[in-house]
Amino acid sequence: MIRFAPTVRSAVILATIAFGSNAMAGETTVAVAANFTAAAQEIGTAFQNATDHSVTFTFGSTGQLYTQITQAAPFDVFLAADQVRPELAETDGFAVPGSRFTYAEGQLVLWSADPAAIDGTAKVLESPALTHVAIANPATAPYGAAAVEVLQALNLYDALLPKLVEGKSISQTHQFVATGNAQVGFVALSQVIKDDSGSDWLVPAAMYKPIRQDAVLLKMAEGNEAAAAFIDFLQGPEARAIIESYGYRVGE
Amino acid sequence: MFDAAMTQTIVLTLRLAGLTTVLLLLLGTPLAWWLAHGRSFGKDVVSTLVSLPIVLPPTVLGFYLLIAMGPNGPFAAILGRPLSFTFWGLVVGSVVYSLPFVVNPIRNAFEAMGPRPMEVAATLRASPLNAFFTVALPLASPGLLTGAILGFAHTVGEFGVVLMIGGGIPGRTKVLSVQIFDYVETLDWGKAHLLAGGMLVFSFAVILSMTVIERRLTGRRA
Repeated sequence: MIRFAPTVRSAVILATIAFGSNAMAGETTVAVAANFTAAAQEIGTAFQNATDHSVTFTFGSTGQLYTQITQAAPFDVFLAADQVRPELAETDGFAVPGSRFTYAEGQLVLWSADPAAIDGTAKVLESPALTHVAIANPATAPYGAAAVEVLQALNLYDALLPKLVEGKSISQTHQFVATGNAQVGFVALSQVIKDDSGSDWLVPAAMYKPIRQDAVLLKMAEGNEAAAAFIDFLQGPEARAIIESYGYRVGE
Repeated sequence: MFDAAMTQTIVLTLRLAGLTTVLLLLLGTPLAWWLAHGRSFGKDVVSTLVSLPIVLPPTVLGFYLLIAMGPNGPFAAILGRPLSFTFWGLVVGSVVYSLPFVVNPIRNAFEAMGPRPMEVAATLRASPLNAFFTVALPLASPGLLTGAILGFAHTVGEFGVVLMIGGGIPGRTKVLSVQIFDYVETLDWGKAHLLAGGMLVFSFAVILSMTVIERRLTGRRA
């Protein structure tokens, strides 16, 4: 038995190196809707600089992430692209009651990788040369549902129906347009705001129901200090400035 | 039990898999024959290319196909219009993706046959082409059947590639696996169970029948 002692000792040393660098620092895992990817990464860096905690992000479509949450995925915080899933998480008992709040309001933009395609209006949608218009899946992605609302408001939905191609998430929709496979597509302003290469039409907010994105603290996070700190940080001025810089509106 | 959307998806999936299988047999059989005869570095390279989809993540394949089928890709240059988001785009993608599952079993069957049957056929004055159809193909039939079944089943089950190049258009590019994904995402678990359970039974039946058929065919000659 004595022979094992050095092994045990080195295991303890290794464990100390791996997990024990700072007794106060915690870790949290945050599930993030695809459209918020870039903003979340910047907020994550700011959060880790401001606190001793570390944060890991998992990105996906809101529907996919929610399905994983119902199957006990190890997420502490859920940043959804809509209000429906966080609400559902509360009523179905996956979230801490009363922890839900709107962290951002998304803006829809019609975007093309071709700088000459869109003249700042919706006119391109009436062009007969258009073969594909990319939208996110309206059943799962709020930006997709908003895109359908806009097309209906423009009385173009029926005419464009055969030309619509669906991305599984708003990231895939962006990818369809960025690769030129679809000439234009409805994406989140956050995805293209730091990209000057294409052309776009910022859809007037009055044309679609507000895309309020809610966050919620999940049951998994109970007692996790880092998760609570992240929620606080997300509502603070620094995070809000980052969120706004990505083309979201922040409330109040 | 199945609603209209489900039926449409099932029909589309079977059409895609059927067409892909036919094309794969037409393309794959000569390719397998060529690969089975003689060795050269060129053949090793081609054989590696054929087998690549087994190990490549479908997203890698899907990503390159999306670029290749886009408006600036080679397909658009040849055909005059992009192939992405079309049924034929899915067919091309599926042929690439399922190629090894058809070519490899046929190639193994040709190799197992050895040179002897073709030599005997030649001494009986059969032309090479004649011998290929009357001797080689019947002898390799277990391999052809395995290839056809695997190619069909693999195409029915593909997800990553169709997801990336399809665009999920109902009746054109929305296949079973994508539909199941949609149902799961929208929390429509009843329908998801129906389709997913169906796929499970289907896959089980495919592999079981393949095992049985293969044993019968090889057993008969042994």
